[in-house]
Amino acid sequence: MNKVFNHISKNLLLIKLFIRELNKERRKILMTIAGIAWGTLTIILLLSFGDGLANQMMKSRKGLGVNIVILYPGQTGREYQGLPQGRGISFREEDCDLLKNRIPYIDRIAGEYDSWGNSFKYKDKMVSEKVRGVSSIGYEDMRTHFPQEGGRFINKMDLQERRRVIFLGTNLKERLMGDVDAVGETILINGFPFKVIGVMQDKMQMGMYGGPDTETAVIPASTFKTIYGNEYLSRIIYQVNEIDRSEYVNSLVRQTLGSKYRFHPEDKSALHFWDTIKNTKVTRKVFTGITIFMGLIGALTLVIASVGVANIMFITVKKRTREIGIKRAIGGKRGLIKFQFIMEALLIDLTGGLIGGSVAYLIVFLIRNLIGKGDGFGEGMAMYMLSQPNFSWTVAITTASILGLVGLLSGFFPARRAAAVDPIEALHYE
Amino acid sequence: MIDMNNIKKVYDTGKIQVEALRGVNLQIEEGDFMTVVGPSGSGKSTLMNIIGCLDKPSEGEYKLNQKSVKNFNDNQLSEIRNQDIGFVFQNFNLLPYASAYENVEMPLLFAGMSGKKRRERVEYILDRVGLSERMGHKPNELSGGQKQRVAIARALVNNPKIILADEPTGNLDTKTGENIMQLFIELWKEGNTIVMITHDPRATKYSEKAVKLIDGKIKNQTMD
Repeated sequence: MNKVFNHISKNLLLIKLFIRELNKERRKILMTIAGIAWGTLTIILLLSFGDGLANQMMKSRKGLGVNIVILYPGQTGREYQGLPQGRGISFREEDCDLLKNRIPYIDRIAGEYDSWGNSFKYKDKMVSEKVRGVSSIGYEDMRTHFPQEGGRFINKMDLQERRRVIFLGTNLKERLMGDVDAVGETILINGFPFKVIGVMQDKMQMGMYGGPDTETAVIPASTFKTIYGNEYLSRIIYQVNEIDRSEYVNSLVRQTLGSKYRFHPEDKSALHFWDTIKNTKVTRKVFTGITIFMGLIGALTLVIASVGVANIMFITVKKRTREIGIKRAIGGKRGLIKFQFIMEALLIDLTGGLIGGSVAYLIVFLIRNLIGKGDGFGEGMAMYMLSQPNFSWTVAITTASILGLVGLLSGFFPARRAAAVDPIEALHYE
Repeated sequence: MIDMNNIKKVYDTGKIQVEALRGVNLQIEEGDFMTVVGPSGSGKSTLMNIIGCLDKPSEGEYKLNQKSVKNFNDNQLSEIRNQDIGFVFQNFNLLPYASAYENVEMPLLFAGMSGKKRRERVEYILDRVGLSERMGHKPNELSGGQKQRVAIARALVNNPKIILADEPTGNLDTKTGENIMQLFIELWKEGNTIVMITHDPRATKYSEKAVKLIDGKIKNQTMD
C-alpha cells in the first residue's frame, strides 16, 4: 500500500515538473491545444448533428406508423381463371380478420374508410375536412394516434355500439375549437352530432396519404358505415411483428387475398403495397453512412491537429535535449523519459479534448433548449430536423477513443526520439 | 573499487575513426582523491564518461565493484548512475525550471525513495553544502558558486560510491572556485571517493593520485 502510494506520489511530482517544463513553451502549446479543441469540437458536433438528424428522421417516420404496410386495392393485371384483365379489386372489413387469422406475422390490422369535404361545426365555427372511419382497436399504436391527457382513442364498445364519437387531429381541433378543452364537447359533422373523446398528441409525420393526421378526424368504422353507407374500405393497414419478414408477409397477403378475390398470386397490379418498413431500413442505412462520413471528416481534423502536437513535441525534444541528458546522467531511465513525453502529449490532447468537448456540449445543449423545435413542413421541418443534435454516449466514446489514439500517436514518436538521445552529446548541447 | 584494464574507445564518425582512448589501465580505491589532467582532446572527458557509465568502452574491461560493466543493459546502467555515481559538471547542468530543492530531489525520485525520507535527505545535503537558505530558488536566481553547490548536493544525495567532477571550478571566478575546491576537499576528508578533471593546483596538492592523459594514453601516474 505504502509502495503504491510512493509510486503515485513520485509520478505526480515528476508530472508537476513536466508541466513546469511545458510552461516554457506556453504559446506554442496553447496553439496546439486550440487545434485539438477545434478538432474535438468538429468531430463531436458533426456526430451529434448526424445522430440527432437520424433520430428525428426516424421519429418523423414513426409519425406515419410503426412497422406498417399500407395496402391499396388495384386492378387485375392479367386474366385469371376465366376472369378478365382490368377487374377492380375492393376490400371489405372481413378481409382484415381473414388476413389476421391466416398470417401470424401480422400484429395489428385495420381497415380505413375515407370521406372528404365534410362540414364540421362547433358553436358558430365551420370547417371543411376529411373524416376517417377505422375498423379496429389498437389502431392508435399502429398509426401513432396517441390521445392527449384526459382523452382516449376509439375502443371496442364504440365500434360495437356504433357510437357517434370522434377523435380529432391536433390542428383540426384548434381550427375548429380553438383553446377549448375539447373532450366531452359535441360537434356537428354534416349535421350529425358527435362527441369528442380525444385529441391527438402533436407529432411529426414524414410520410402521409390524404393529408397529415393532425388535420384528420377519426370515427369508428361501424358508425362511418351507418352514416356514409360505404361498402368498401379505402385501404388496409397492418403492422408486421418481424420487420425482416415484411416482404414475405406481403406475399402471403397477396396469396390470401388472391385466392379470395381470384387473381393470380403473382399479379403485381391487383394490390399496391406501401411498405414503410423497407423505407425505414433504407433510411437507417443512409444515416449510418452519413454518420460514418461525418465521423471521418471529424477524425481527419483531429489527425491533422495531432500532427501539430507531434510537431511541437519534436521541437520540445530538440529544445530540451540537454535536460534529457541531465536526467539520463543522474539515473533517469529511458522508459521514464519516454513516459514523460507521452504524458505531455496526452496532457495537451486531453486538455484540448476537454475544452473542445465542453464547448461542443454547450452548443448542443443550447441548440436543443433554446432554438424552437419547428413545426409543420417546409422550413419548419428543416429546423425540426436540425434542432435536436444528440451528444450521445456513442458520440462521446467514439471521440474519446479517437482522441486517445491520436494522443498516443502524437506522443509516441517524439517520445521515442527523446529516449534515444545520447546523454553524452546532450550534456554538451547548447 | 574501479578496475580498468586496457580500455580503448573508438568513435566511428563514418569516414574517420577517432581513437579517444588507446589502452588505459586505471585502478581507483575507496577514499581516493584522483585528479586527471591533460590537454584538451586528450580523452579526459571520454574517460570520465566511461567511469560514470554514460559510455561503454569499445575494447578492454571495466569492472565496477568487481562486476564487468559490459554485461549491464541500459536500465541497469541508469541504476548504477543513479546509485553509485555522482556527476558534477563544469557548466553545472541543473534543470532550469526546477528549484535547488527539486534539482537535488530528482535522483531520489528516480530511486523511488519515500516522501519523508526524501525530504530529510535533501534538506540534510543542502545544509551540508551550505545552501539551506536558498532551497526554493531556481538556478537563474543563484550565483555560479551556489549553482555548483546545488550540483554537488545533487551528486551526493544518493550516497554514491564515487563522485566524478569534470572541471568543477572551470566556470567560476578564483574566489568562488577556491570555496568549491575547499568543499570537495572536505567531502573527500569525510570519506568520499572523488575523481576530478582539473588543472587547479590546490586539487593536485591534495590528490593522492594524479593521472596525466595525452593522446588517449596515461603518461604518468604519480603515487604519493
